[in-house]
Amino acid sequence: MQIRKKGKKTVPPVSTASLPDIVFMLLFFFMVTTVMRETSLKVTHVIPKAKEVAKLERKSLVAYIHIGPPLKPLQAIMGTEPRIQLDDAFAMPSDIPTFVESVKSETNEAEVPLLTYSLKVDVKTKMGIVVDVKQELRKANALKINYSTSKIVDKAITL
Amino acid sequence: MAKSKREIQEINAGSMADIAFLLLIFFLVTTTMDVDTGLMRVLPPPILEDVPPPPPVKMRNVFVVLANSQDNMLVEDEYMQVEDLKDAAKEFIVGYPNNPGDERFPEFKVSEDPLIIKYFGANYPISKQIVSLQNDRGTSYQLYIAIQDQLAQAYSEVRDQVAMNQFGKKYDELKGSKSKVDNEKAKAVRKLIPQRISEAEPKEIGG
Repeated sequence: MQIRKKGKKTVPPVSTASLPDIVFMLLFFFMVTTVMRETSLKVTHVIPKAKEVAKLERKSLVAYIHIGPPLKPLQAIMGTEPRIQLDDAFAMPSDIPTFVESVKSETNEAEVPLLTYSLKVDVKTKMGIVVDVKQELRKANALKINYSTSKIVDKAITL
Repeated sequence: MAKSKREIQEINAGSMADIAFLLLIFFLVTTTMDVDTGLMRVLPPPILEDVPPPPPVKMRNVFVVLANSQDNMLVEDEYMQVEDLKDAAKEFIVGYPNNPGDERFPEFKVSEDPLIIKYFGANYPISKQIVSLQNDRGTSYQLYIAIQDQLAQAYSEVRDQVAMNQFGKKYDELKGSKSKVDNEKAKAVRKLIPQRISEAEPKEIGG
């Protein structure tokens, strides 16, 4: 008895018709869950860890101030000491009032009091530069600040 | 006129996937997904010249935390490790309402705040605690954040304790609750134990 038919059995090709749908689904997922990267970092920072952290809610109302040692390729010009980065450029503490004004002018007037200034500071930075920044923020009446930290789950404090 | 039904050619969708992939990769590269978390603080408003200085605070009401440029910490005139700060701060914040004469702990007062009277009664003792934090310009940011975190933990644990005793719920549960009454209770707890962390103007204390 012959069960098998003679001849080569051909495997039907996998249909790729649904591939665009799958990719579009992925695309929409990423479009919804992410936000646009606004600046390219010129400084590096390792963010400290803490337990009692709160989430920053509305990203459109957050202005970032980065402090840390410059990136490797920039160290030849800028040195290795921690620097302040506002928007896309290096800055001095005295530039902060201007920065605050520009952030405020870009924000809806009703939402200006809700503006938060997030300090992303490298763990190895000394407080001197942070204190300078804080004093400038105070002068510019930008009082809501947020020390950017990541959350630790275990009880140990990493120092 | 020859009426011929022209067949509409089907659009080739084979490249659709490539286009979508291209878009996907573009979004992957240009966007970020990291959730930002951190310690929220409010800076004191700038000092105006014509405003009279605030009334002096008794030293016994102040919990002094000093950090020097060698990342050593002095708490109430005693050398301390940062891990132990939370418990020390908690002890101070709670204080001893039963023994107001103890000079190591802050004084107490009775509040006239209607919210506190509503939920805690008229004679509930309220600590006059203030935490004063002073750091050197050479203190590392890491230690500073660790101190801030420890103090925040101390406050939130004391609030949890009070909320647990009075309402049987943790402070965060009250605060995050949908019910208005619970939110009001959380506000009362917050008024009872305000987070008062005063940061002195930085000095070059060296060391």
